Amino acid sequence: MEKNRATSLTEILSQHENEILEDWMALQLAASTRRADLINDADLRHQSRDFIAAFRQAIATAPVNDISAPGWDTVRGLVAEISRTRARQGFTPSETATFLFSLKQPLFRAVSREGGGDAAAVATDIWNVSLTLDKLGLFSTEIYQKSREEIISRQQRELLELSTPVVKLWDGILALPLIGTLDSERTQIVMESLLQTIVETGAGIAIIDITGVPTVDTLVAQHLLKTVAAARLMGAECIISGIRPQIAATIVHLGVELNSVVTKATLADAFRIALRRTGQTVVPSAKNNQEARVGTHPDS
Amino acid sequence: MERIPILKMGEFLLVSIQVDMHDRLAMTLQEDLTRRIVQDRAHGVLIDISSLDVVDSFIGRMLGHIASMSRILDAETVVVGMRPAVAITLVELGLSLPGIRTALNVEKGMDMLRRASGLKHFESGEGGHVSAEG
Repeated sequence: MEKNRATSLTEILSQHENEILEDWMALQLAASTRRADLINDADLRHQSRDFIAAFRQAIATAPVNDISAPGWDTVRGLVAEISRTRARQGFTPSETATFLFSLKQPLFRAVSREGGGDAAAVATDIWNVSLTLDKLGLFSTEIYQKSREEIISRQQRELLELSTPVVKLWDGILALPLIGTLDSERTQIVMESLLQTIVETGAGIAIIDITGVPTVDTLVAQHLLKTVAAARLMGAECIISGIRPQIAATIVHLGVELNSVVTKATLADAFRIALRRTGQTVVPSAKNNQEARVGTHPDS
Repeated sequence: MERIPILKMGEFLLVSIQVDMHDRLAMTLQEDLTRRIVQDRAHGVLIDISSLDVVDSFIGRMLGHIASMSRILDAETVVVGMRPAVAITLVELGLSLPGIRTALNVEKGMDMLRRASGLKHFESGEGGHVSAEG
């Protein structure tokens, strides 16, 4: 009896695979969680067919309730792949899990239709299918979560790398355009890359541009001053530029002392000072001077 | 007894610290240096710490003291070649050594000392003109 029932579930699946797939597809296409903007019908059908095929195989060969068994490897791989793709595509976790849960109804229908009069056997089959799909659903949510976390940590890393470039403006002059809020972790990285570049290039002046820093509170100011002090200890002078009017007001209201540092409103002003300190000047070329006086150059 | 050598270069004294500084060594250096400044009538002291991995708060303070004492004896002090890690540590310790002049390397440090001592030097081959081409 026991063996007979197990085969019957497998049989139902293999004999009515297409019907179940059609039923499932119809359900998925009609469901309110359908995201036609993220996945097209052909892909969805493809995924569904693959899943039913793998599911049928696993049920035929492996113990039903234990999805960690080796027989379920293909199914788990497939679910993991689908969950990862959907996490990247922007599905919500419940939309991702609903893909699996929505298979219940077509399966239940098929089982009760084909189960004959044996109510007990039908109930057992339904219970098994339900349990397995629940487990797979949870598994898919786990994978979804994990791949989301991977995306977040990768983005964090990229953000850290992106936001701390040290630019060589001229011989002996470095620029450090800061974008985004400065916390202690970022300050550490900024400081290290600045000092390292100072050593490598032998630059005597570093311009820290804070145009892209949204707010400057006491903590951020402290971080900035630390960077300036460290650069000074190495023998390089720092100029802070790109201070917006609101930020100047905030600094004064907070009572932060920036007197020990040269500050400029724009990067251009800071660059001019830096050039002067390194003994260089910017002079317009003679040709341009003439043009400027005449002021009628067709191309300019 | 272990000592850090003090070299005389013209009117400047050159100290290159190559070994790990312990406190006794630092005190000896401080005494030796002040004595030599007076003895050699030096106008500048250049301390190279590029081989130091660790500078603790005591050594940091000691460097500050040497600078102050030298200034009283009419000699400028320049500390050169501090490593990034050392600089970060000192700043984290709250020691930004405000009284000390710093330079990136010995060459720049010597430049700084020459300028400070009023000695003009005309080897500014690298200070060129930047021209804005249209």
